[in-house]
Amino acid sequence: MKITQEQVEHVAKLARLALSQEEIATFTGQMDGILAYVEKLNELDTSGIIPTSHAVPVENAFREDEVRPSIGTDNALANAPDRVEDFFRVPKVIE
Amino acid sequence: MDLFELTIHELHEKLKKREVSSVEATKATLARIEAVEPKVNAFITVTTDEALKAAEEADKRIASGNIDILTGIPVALKDIFLTKGIRTTCASKILDNFVPPYDATSWLKLKERGAVLLGKLNQDEFAMGSSCESSAFGPTKNPWNPDCIPGGSSGGSAAAIAAQEAVATLGTDTGGSIRQPASHCGCVGLKPTYGRVSRYGVIAYASSLDQVGPMTRDVTDCAIMLGAVAGYDPLDSTSVNMPVPDYTKALIPDVKGLKIGLPKEYYIEGLDPDVKKALDLAIETYRGLGAEFVDISLPHTDYAVATYYLIATAEASSNLARYDGVRFGHRTSEPGNLIETYSRSRDEGFGAEVKRRIMLGTYALSSGYYDAYYIKAQKVRTLIMNDFLKAFETVDAILTPVAPTPAFRIGEKSSDPLQMYLSDIFTIPVNMAGTCGISVPAGMSASGLPIGLQLIGKPFGEETIIRAAYAFEQATEWHKRKAAL
Repeated sequence: MKITQEQVEHVAKLARLALSQEEIATFTGQMDGILAYVEKLNELDTSGIIPTSHAVPVENAFREDEVRPSIGTDNALANAPDRVEDFFRVPKVIE
Repeated sequence: MDLFELTIHELHEKLKKREVSSVEATKATLARIEAVEPKVNAFITVTTDEALKAAEEADKRIASGNIDILTGIPVALKDIFLTKGIRTTCASKILDNFVPPYDATSWLKLKERGAVLLGKLNQDEFAMGSSCESSAFGPTKNPWNPDCIPGGSSGGSAAAIAAQEAVATLGTDTGGSIRQPASHCGCVGLKPTYGRVSRYGVIAYASSLDQVGPMTRDVTDCAIMLGAVAGYDPLDSTSVNMPVPDYTKALIPDVKGLKIGLPKEYYIEGLDPDVKKALDLAIETYRGLGAEFVDISLPHTDYAVATYYLIATAEASSNLARYDGVRFGHRTSEPGNLIETYSRSRDEGFGAEVKRRIMLGTYALSSGYYDAYYIKAQKVRTLIMNDFLKAFETVDAILTPVAPTPAFRIGEKSSDPLQMYLSDIFTIPVNMAGTCGISVPAGMSASGLPIGLQLIGKPFGEETIIRAAYAFEQATEWHKRKAAL
């Protein structure tokens, strides 16, 4: 086994996914199969190889720090599931 | 010929000569959509009113003599492109009611030239899939055979072309999502070099791999669309600041002396016999046109799928963290505390494939596994890139299959994610290397399904593959075949 049910539960917590017990069981089996497959990368000696994070080397892209109009409060809040006045409303954060 | 069957360049000629109006072409295409959608399901949203309004505007523009090649042309977009004021779902329940406040740069460029938007096209949820089956809005059917998948993730974009529901469409390609559905539906699809087209306003899946590209009826339209969307965008710092050539100048049916590589790792046992036959015939066609073939090796091909499913899922787990039920998108009706709000909203809003990839990516990035999985995969990505750089020292382009088989049946691979992932074996390496590739119709299977060939070019070598694709198209009749619906 590459991954256990307990590990999958831990990962679900990290990923903020309230998975059902059934999903946990399914994903454990499927992730185990996929992780066994990706194990083949260990056939390759990659010592001394520089990891690639981007196909095209990207330098920091700077621009002038100028004040510009943004999309505005109403546009920003237009898709909010819940709002009060000019704010997003969420469940109480601090007890 | 009906108005909805025309290419961009054919319709443009008619619009220019005032033989037809954009309103007529748009109405004809909308009627076609209404007639065939029950069989195809290529669209998530059809924007009838907006389309007719835009067509009227286009006709005014044409009447004033200000016609561009795209003015009045009815197009459609994968539902991954943000469209101001028009619902954009990414085929996910979590964005079911999302109405973007701004446009994707690539769409804005088409709109400014007078293109008419017909609607938003179906896809795999968050572009995660190879079959369009993971859409929250039901699968798209292959117009050539409704029991088969259209390919994915840009399945709606390909099916809409094949079913004549749009003149041209845009898709996105992270591991083959433009080229594979183009192959399965018998249209032309091009994945540009990473950085060639702005990703601003395109819902992110795997940001180091995602790229926008055209899906069209022929190579000429492909060159027109690529030229329209390519170019530097200050709003996407990974877009590359290089001049955009006139790709239509590359439409020359001449490949004499062109050196085309045949990578031995792509001509494997297990390749479907119909696909192999189509490729063999294509090689003969190119030989007849004067191209030279060179046997080459891309030795790390067999590791590309494993590399992809670590890098793409890791980037996805990070990109999709934004769907938290707070600022936009679905929020659970049983929020509990704040953490439970996030976790329940995400569990309810995401489909199984998206959750599986978030889980895999989160695991690959998690403490203790980061080096073994994520960094290891990034190192193998370097090896895959080097394979291509080395090959391109001796060849101008590389010819390969697009997919190992023609379109498979709906449901055939949906219970086995790994089998589904392996269907992208010939397209994923191109994304890993960040270079460009085009899929062109090159044959039909015994059961009547289209088969495409893939031409891979050097980074920013789009002109070479467009020229080679155009030469093939002009020498063959495959692109003229039409799905009987």
